[in-house]
Amino acid sequence: MLGYIGRRVLIMVPTLLAISLIVFTIIQLPPGDYFTSYMNELETRGETVDPDKIAFLKAQYGFDRPLYQQYLLWVTGMLRGDFGYSFEYDLPVRDVVGDRLLLTFIVSFATILFTWMLAFPIGVYTAVRQYSFGDYGLTFIGFIGLATPNFLLALVLQYFAYVWFGTSIGGLMDPEYVDQPWSWAKAMSVLEHLWIPVLVIGTSGTAGMIRRLRANLLDELDKQYVITARAKGMPPLRALIKYPLRVALNPFIADIGNLLPQIISGAAIVSVVLSLPTTGPMLLRALQSQDMYLAGSFLMFLATLTVIGTLLSDLALAALDPRIRFGRTEAS
Amino acid sequence: MSDDRLPHYVNPAPYRPGMAETLTPAQERVFLASQWTLIWWKFRRHKLAVISGAFLLLLYLSTLIAEVIAPYDLHARHTDYLFAPPQPVHLFHDGDFVGPFVYGMTVNLDLDNMRWVYAEDKTQVQPLRFFCTEGDYPGATYSFWTLFEGDFHLVCPAPGGQMFLLGTDRLGRDMLSRIIYGARISLTVGLLGITISLLLGMLFGGLAGYFGGWVDGCVQRMIEIIRSFPELPLWMALSAIMPVTWGPVAVYIGITVILGLLDWPGLARAVRSKLLALREEDFCLAAQLMGAKPRRIITRHLLPSFSSHLIASATLSIPSMILAETALSFLGLGLRPPITSWGVLLNEAQNINVVALYPWLMLPVVPVILVVLAFQFLGDGLRDAADPYN
Repeated sequence: MLGYIGRRVLIMVPTLLAISLIVFTIIQLPPGDYFTSYMNELETRGETVDPDKIAFLKAQYGFDRPLYQQYLLWVTGMLRGDFGYSFEYDLPVRDVVGDRLLLTFIVSFATILFTWMLAFPIGVYTAVRQYSFGDYGLTFIGFIGLATPNFLLALVLQYFAYVWFGTSIGGLMDPEYVDQPWSWAKAMSVLEHLWIPVLVIGTSGTAGMIRRLRANLLDELDKQYVITARAKGMPPLRALIKYPLRVALNPFIADIGNLLPQIISGAAIVSVVLSLPTTGPMLLRALQSQDMYLAGSFLMFLATLTVIGTLLSDLALAALDPRIRFGRTEAS
Repeated sequence: MSDDRLPHYVNPAPYRPGMAETLTPAQERVFLASQWTLIWWKFRRHKLAVISGAFLLLLYLSTLIAEVIAPYDLHARHTDYLFAPPQPVHLFHDGDFVGPFVYGMTVNLDLDNMRWVYAEDKTQVQPLRFFCTEGDYPGATYSFWTLFEGDFHLVCPAPGGQMFLLGTDRLGRDMLSRIIYGARISLTVGLLGITISLLLGMLFGGLAGYFGGWVDGCVQRMIEIIRSFPELPLWMALSAIMPVTWGPVAVYIGITVILGLLDWPGLARAVRSKLLALREEDFCLAAQLMGAKPRRIITRHLLPSFSSHLIASATLSIPSMILAETALSFLGLGLRPPITSWGVLLNEAQNINVVALYPWLMLPVVPVILVVLAFQFLGDGLRDAADPYN
């Protein structure tokens, strides 16, 4: 087991390196850099810009060096916890990002919990009562959730939350708690606002999860040991919970690897619509203004979160499922 | 010896070895049917998938003649009717049957809230015209595929009247017409994207599955890396690369390429695993023993065997492309006006005021949902039918 963990952690290193290379390429690809567009903007406004300051900044952040050196500087900086400098905010990236990473994490985690809580009973119900009215109805709702663009659902829910419950529009907490230290009231305000993004982001993932749990459980319920158990007079509920359900639960853990990128994707656009103080809106702005280190750090952070999530789900699966061997098996 | 045999029945008819296995005509039909015929028979039993397929076919055909179906031209502006609400179609006026018609609208400016207030004017009965060629209202003439001018419409408003069945937008453009034109872009984005994704998926999946070894390892790692990126932020980043100076067509092609570039890993995996499994099949070995060259084995035996699966997987990934285009255009990173897609239309529904005041601006989401569901059902049906020997 220890060897397996070690191997999986080692594989992460080249993966993260490759990801950092891709991210760096992407943030370098747009023609020009932040300073060029910044100077153009100032000049069109008729302001003068101190060329010495620009030259100093360029030199300090290595813009005058060859690309591979810039890349090395960026990567080694990140290892030391220095994520570069946000030119638009005139602050180190770490200070700009601040609470946003934590809130992104909270939203993602809450969404996964929500997906599980919803998908588990519905998945079991639809498998046990296959082709019943409830099965068709719930599957249909799941499909609608899959097909509705998240951002519009977010917009509509936000409106109704305001009309029905008086929840303030936009953000992840009531305006009076922004920039306040964490307190009980602030946490409650976050909870009050959290359900909209969680519900919206969760809908698409939940539908997929329900379908997989249903398919797995149906496969398992058709097996002979279940029939034997039923024939010998085991009560149906026990015959369901004792083994088939445990085997069918695998996708709940194995799917985190698929679920996490999906949730983070969904969170990005939903938080733009709801103007949540998470990474999404800031990433969008950073991309548009070529604030490359800020955008790069966000992309890197989101990808790293996914890689670590996948790793954790693989480890949990290996620990929980005795059928998984620690050899070099390709999980498809 | 022969005398003390027990009495028993002997069939007097001459013995024919093949007789026991004579097939009924119906059985023969099934056994002799080609793979694609079997797939079609199996697919036909999925009612929902067949309906979805027909619906999609109809939609794609309608994009060919969007100009004729839409009552107004794409860019026709009705400056007297900004943010006009949808006009319901009535059949009876004062209890008398008049056929489909709309009531005229009276416009008032609400100075307190600074918005136009529309009310139905029950005295103005404006019967709809069908198959009209008069071209006597603003926005009636169009240039068909930018080839020739025309003014033939399936349905159009009464002379001097209006027909905004789904309302108008901020510039007074008819929503219904814009949704019909938008289908052109929204529906083809998925098709072009999936073509790119299919080509890449077959190339990389084929390489990995056929050569195995380190090629397989490399492709697998590449897939893992691409899949560990959250899609939307990566799409956002890639679309942000496209210079703002690009023309609409270049942006359209760029978006489809981006969608295809990030979608292929799933298809490549499907190709790879199918190839690996099929390579070990008996018919493949038989072909090899009979001296078939790899090229013949791949094209004659392997490719036909998994092409049905491939089509099913491809169909199932079109919805995510359509949704992605919608999301990107909504954020302003995807297609930009004057190109009109459903996502571009939804871009107008950016804020909560729209939900409260002009909810009909969100209507383009209805075709998005329908198309995505239809592709999903069609893909499910195809996937079940793809393996007809089960």
